[in-house]
Amino acid sequence: MPELLQEQSVLVRMRGDVERALEKPVEDRRWAMVIDLRKCVGCHACTVSCVAENKLPPGVVYRPVLETEIGTYPNVSRRFMPRPCMQCAEPPCVPVCPVGATWKRDDGIVQIDYNQCIGCRYCITACPYSARTFDSGHTYTENQPEQMEYELLPSFEYQKEWPRGDGGDSPIGNVRKCTFCLHRLEEGLLPACVSTCIGMANYFGDSSDPDAVVSDLIAEPNAIRLKEEMGTEPSVYYLA
Amino acid sequence: MTSIMRRLAWPLVSIGFLVGLVGLYQRATDGHDMANYGSYIPWGLWVAGYIYLIGLSAGAFLLSTLVYVFRVKRLQPIGKMALLTALVTLFAAIILVWVDLGHPLRAWRLMFRTNFSSMMGWMAWLYTSYFVLLMTEFWFAMRADMVACREDPGLRGRLCGFLTFGHNDDSAEAVERDHRILQILGSIGVPLAIAFHGGVGALFGVIGARPFWHGGLTPIVFLVGALASGGALLTFLTAVWGPGAGTPEHRRTVALLGRMVLGLLAFDLLLEWAEFSTGLFSSVPALTDSIEEVLFGRYWWAFWIVHIFIGTAIPIALLLLRKSSVTAVAVATGLIAATFLTVRLNIVLPGLSVEELEGLQSAFTGPGLTFEYLPSIGEWLVFFWAVSFAGLLFLLGTKLLPITSERKVA
Repeated sequence: MPELLQEQSVLVRMRGDVERALEKPVEDRRWAMVIDLRKCVGCHACTVSCVAENKLPPGVVYRPVLETEIGTYPNVSRRFMPRPCMQCAEPPCVPVCPVGATWKRDDGIVQIDYNQCIGCRYCITACPYSARTFDSGHTYTENQPEQMEYELLPSFEYQKEWPRGDGGDSPIGNVRKCTFCLHRLEEGLLPACVSTCIGMANYFGDSSDPDAVVSDLIAEPNAIRLKEEMGTEPSVYYLA
Repeated sequence: MTSIMRRLAWPLVSIGFLVGLVGLYQRATDGHDMANYGSYIPWGLWVAGYIYLIGLSAGAFLLSTLVYVFRVKRLQPIGKMALLTALVTLFAAIILVWVDLGHPLRAWRLMFRTNFSSMMGWMAWLYTSYFVLLMTEFWFAMRADMVACREDPGLRGRLCGFLTFGHNDDSAEAVERDHRILQILGSIGVPLAIAFHGGVGALFGVIGARPFWHGGLTPIVFLVGALASGGALLTFLTAVWGPGAGTPEHRRTVALLGRMVLGLLAFDLLLEWAEFSTGLFSSVPALTDSIEEVLFGRYWWAFWIVHIFIGTAIPIALLLLRKSSVTAVAVATGLIAATFLTVRLNIVLPGLSVEELEGLQSAFTGPGLTFEYLPSIGEWLVFFWAVSFAGLLFLLGTKLLPITSERKVA
């Protein structure tokens, strides 16, 4: 058998990492993501899979891919940088919530309680990464003769069902953000963006587990985090 | 000229109130679809309008304490008007920020599920305390005059009679007791007003992610802005609706208020200069982007023409050169009060309109995923409705309540 096929796929390894983490109590898990910028080709598959997975309406995005052009023609190159929620250890969005509707879970994920959130959007202003967006209630079939059924399908964020009705019920009127696909994680699945990445530029796992793929990568000298100077301690690392 | 303003006020606020209802209807039926703020510019005209109106309220209230706490004789006749102004602008401010919420019906959580690590959580409590204090103070300031106007014919007499709630003692002792209570309430009000408006400034000042807002000067800028704009509004209202219009007494009161506003405006300019100059000459460019947006960006005219020329240069010239003319002071202070909205817009929006990460704007498109913002017509309509509502309450107040009449103590 060729050597390549004998090696276990990193996706399979990471699935194992997630399953191992789930056996631990929730407070002992530290979910972390590593994105290898050298492998990212800017295909936006992660963005699209995230929109599909979480049934995101127009104007709400959890994981855009930022593109920067470097140099001048003809010496030009482009850099692609996916930007999920950083799931900061010191999240600036949490203390500003006037009703305590957002908090940091024990496993490191910053959660929003859609039924508590009053939609003041103060947390959006506080996030240094623009990772939070507001659900204004737009639909893709706005001003069309018929509303398509897929618009009303529920999202399963935080392991609950959030159907999209006309009544303006949550999550409409709420601030929304990337959850590291918590609803998938709890079922032993990797986040949608990680499974979908065509270049396998995305790594995910429990950074408190020394055997996890992410733990090795985080220790690499080229692992960086965004806006370190702010002291937010993101759980998302980039390999540059 | 001031009589023309008086005559124009009723039709203006009535039209604003009625037309503005269209915007409120849109907000009620379409939700936030009708607004142009969104994810990258999450706060727009309504939040700017709210800090504008709440600033007017805080400013007018703090000036009322000159009457009730510090007992400045010359300003005695405008005490009740200052309280009425503070009250109606508070109403409008709260309504505006209430419709801005994604889930307005959950607003009660601000009071009963308060997170006190959030400045906004503190606001809920401070505003409620301020509202209760303001209502109580207003009642004590008016009580003796309402006792006197019970005998007036028509609705006014009946309203006065009802609002005294049976406390009809108008002896010199009772009036003196009212004054003592007012002094106590006002004394509580001074730190409270400083706390809630400084708190609004702190709400912005604590946001480390927005260099334009972040800093210890922000609450002070808010407070001085409140005093300048609220003082200007009160002076304008006094000049036009004030007690004893046309008398030398009235002219002297207006002139004194005009001088105070001039000083406050000058102080506000100094703070503005301090913020902008240190920002522009800052050794790191993060702050410079927002300030350059204000000064030389697409809406440069809002700063230079509306704020600096119409709202500062012309009023200063009028207040310096025509300081004894009631009309000139009315025009000057009216311009300051009206154009101060651009100062508030220029705090809220430039802080948000700078990309936090390069390439964000073009990374993904959709409604609200943009760093460009102009209020929608619906947003303007709701804003004008709120302002007209405050205006209507003010006009009704001056008509039905003894705001401008001075009761002669027996």
